[in-house]
Amino acid sequence: MATKVMMEALSPTMEEGRLVKWVKNVGDAVKTGDTIGEVETDKAIMELVARGDGVLRAQLITEGTTAAVGAVIGVIAAADEDIASLTGAAASAPAAEAPPAAPAAAPAAAPVAAPAAAPVAVDAAAPSGPVRSSPLARRMAAEKGVNIGAIHGSGPGGRVIRRDIEGAAAAAPVGTAATPAAAAPAVAPVATASSKAAPTAVATAMQIDGEFKDVALTQMRKTIARRLSESIGPVPTFYLTSEIDMTKVGQLREQMVANGDQYKVSVNDIIIKAVAIALTRHPECNAHWMTDHIRYFSAAHVGMAVATDDGLIVPVIRDAQLKGLGQIGKEARELAKKARERKLQPAEFTGGTFSVSNLGMFGIDQFTAIINPPEAAILAVGATETKPVWENGQFVPRQRMRVTLSCDHRVIDGAVGAKFLQTLRGLLEAPMMMLF
Amino acid sequence: MLSRARSCRSRRSWKTSSSKPRAESPTTMAVITYRDALNMALREEMHRDDRVFLMGEEVAVYQGAYKVSKGLLQEFGEMRVVDTPITELGFAGVGVGAAMAGLRPIIEFMTWNFALLALDQVVNAAAKMLYMSGGQFPMPMVFRGPNGAALQLGAQHSQAWESWLAHIPGLKVVAPATPYDAKGLLKAAIRDDNPVCFLEGEMLYNTKGEVPDDDYIVPIGKAELKREGEHVTLVSHGKMVLVALQAADQMAKEGITCDVVDLRTIRPMDVDAITASVKKTSRCVVVEEGWEVCGVGAQVVDYVQRHCFDYLDAPVLRVHQADAPMPYTKSLEKAAKPDLPKTIAAIRQVLYLD
Repeated sequence: MATKVMMEALSPTMEEGRLVKWVKNVGDAVKTGDTIGEVETDKAIMELVARGDGVLRAQLITEGTTAAVGAVIGVIAAADEDIASLTGAAASAPAAEAPPAAPAAAPAAAPVAAPAAAPVAVDAAAPSGPVRSSPLARRMAAEKGVNIGAIHGSGPGGRVIRRDIEGAAAAAPVGTAATPAAAAPAVAPVATASSKAAPTAVATAMQIDGEFKDVALTQMRKTIARRLSESIGPVPTFYLTSEIDMTKVGQLREQMVANGDQYKVSVNDIIIKAVAIALTRHPECNAHWMTDHIRYFSAAHVGMAVATDDGLIVPVIRDAQLKGLGQIGKEARELAKKARERKLQPAEFTGGTFSVSNLGMFGIDQFTAIINPPEAAILAVGATETKPVWENGQFVPRQRMRVTLSCDHRVIDGAVGAKFLQTLRGLLEAPMMMLF
Repeated sequence: MLSRARSCRSRRSWKTSSSKPRAESPTTMAVITYRDALNMALREEMHRDDRVFLMGEEVAVYQGAYKVSKGLLQEFGEMRVVDTPITELGFAGVGVGAAMAGLRPIIEFMTWNFALLALDQVVNAAAKMLYMSGGQFPMPMVFRGPNGAALQLGAQHSQAWESWLAHIPGLKVVAPATPYDAKGLLKAAIRDDNPVCFLEGEMLYNTKGEVPDDDYIVPIGKAELKREGEHVTLVSHGKMVLVALQAADQMAKEGITCDVVDLRTIRPMDVDAITASVKKTSRCVVVEEGWEVCGVGAQVVDYVQRHCFDYLDAPVLRVHQADAPMPYTKSLEKAAKPDLPKTIAAIRQVLYLD
């Protein structure tokens, strides 16, 4: 019995994926669970595993090609099984025979070479000719940005119909279904102002021959763009800024560092801890806007925006209110590392209840962050600077940090946000109070 | 041919006369038959406006071949409830003349199959009189009678004529499915200043439903959502509305819910009601009594494809009579008629369930 290798939904928001690499070649024996390929989702590079035993008989898309979720991209079958019906015309022409011959084929005079990473999504299993699809499916595909040509339809004669588009667009998360928080709309790469501050490797490596260069959108960049627009558009946001005296936090950190490596924590870790405590005291700020209701959380799952070479992602420190600074610091370092290597699993970047975005390390003293929907607020943290403060009749140098809370006014009213900030400031100005 | 038609008429009258007695005096929201609902509408409108009169074969002394005019002769006298000879073209023409003279005639055809003999008056005179007279002669008249197949009446007497009539500019065409709509729409038709072809389901006369005692109108040109659902729209009219509702009941057991749109009026057709429903469900099945080619369903499909193209997830399907004269033989007649199993099959097909 042949098994179709499908482009799977490897993240909650994934609509299509790019096959980075075939790990198994045509002719290789595979068992259920074997990694047969690597797929770039909208957030990370994930392993694609075999769902059946046999021999990888066909690779229906080439490496670097994008396919919609649900599209058949390969076939696993017994060595002698007839798989013509699954591969269609492509059966005798496995993808390996058709590498993109881009350099040779490109006209020498072309001023702007089309990036190799701008493939057209294909489903080699689909019959040739026009895509059979219902008008509704075409409209929905256009609205959702789904490549209808890559979907294998479930209607008569392979016609793509509504349920196929819905399946492709709202594919269920693979690894997070069991966690309650995952039931909330996907929380994905954060939308923060720091997106502008993270020059990507692509950008630095860019060599512009003509007046400009077009670079294909990565899956991640598409998601960031879509979700940013979702946030800044419909969310009625207001901003509250407060300046916090971080002198005691600095002293605390110095003491901890002096006590050895196991106590190594960053200012950001202390801020996350303080945020988590403040959220438990102000649960009205620890909420999701669910369109027809508001969901309040008892646990503080604090997302921290991490800039990677490709864009932003927000790994989540779960139950931060229960964890010690050492634990938070350890997790934060691990998550940030995985994020930069694009190794985060969906469970590690979904289900956040509140986010923190820190651009202090870039010398930004104050900024506003864009809410990561459906979360109700995000805290933008600026740099800690030494400033003269008038105290007891004289100027004294103090470590000061400005934070800005962006609030979704549908969930959080001004005074509610202000009280949260007041508590946060109290905790950071007297960090010993976090013990209580 | 004429003699066959006559013998058939007398046979049907004989059958009808043996039907059971019905409620005599409707009360507020009484459950009464479709037949009695029509009788109520006629009586109320004849009381309301003394220009209204009823004319046709056996409407007076015999109380109507289908007993729709029961009691009217006694109540209004022979000047307003007029028996005619078997002369469809003649009395339809008299009706047109009476309307031109300022009366509001109701012409009963014993069945719409016999109205073919009068089509010149219906189509060429009544439908066009207002236009051809430059607006001088409105046509406040109703042509009414049973329509569609009953049981084993043969090819010449088992025909649904709504698409023929709806084709003609100048005519309004109404086909109520329930006693409530029958009363309200007949009253609206009698008060309308245009010629209205009022198609009563031949198999509906004995069906029952709640009918208010009040003077209410169901406006011509307004469809009704008889049942709400989300997966598929069933568009129907007349007798087939009951089939559509049964189909919706049956599909509900599988978790499939149907919007059932009862057109009630074929012309003018309520495009908004159809398209609003199809935009919601993305799927549509039209269930009608008539033939497929140039049928009412064809018109519905045209509206749907024009107004809902980007909302359709499947081709619109139609359930209709076989494209053949209606057989007399019972088993063949059953095979030719649109029915519940065919409707269910179409719904399943349009949902890609099979």
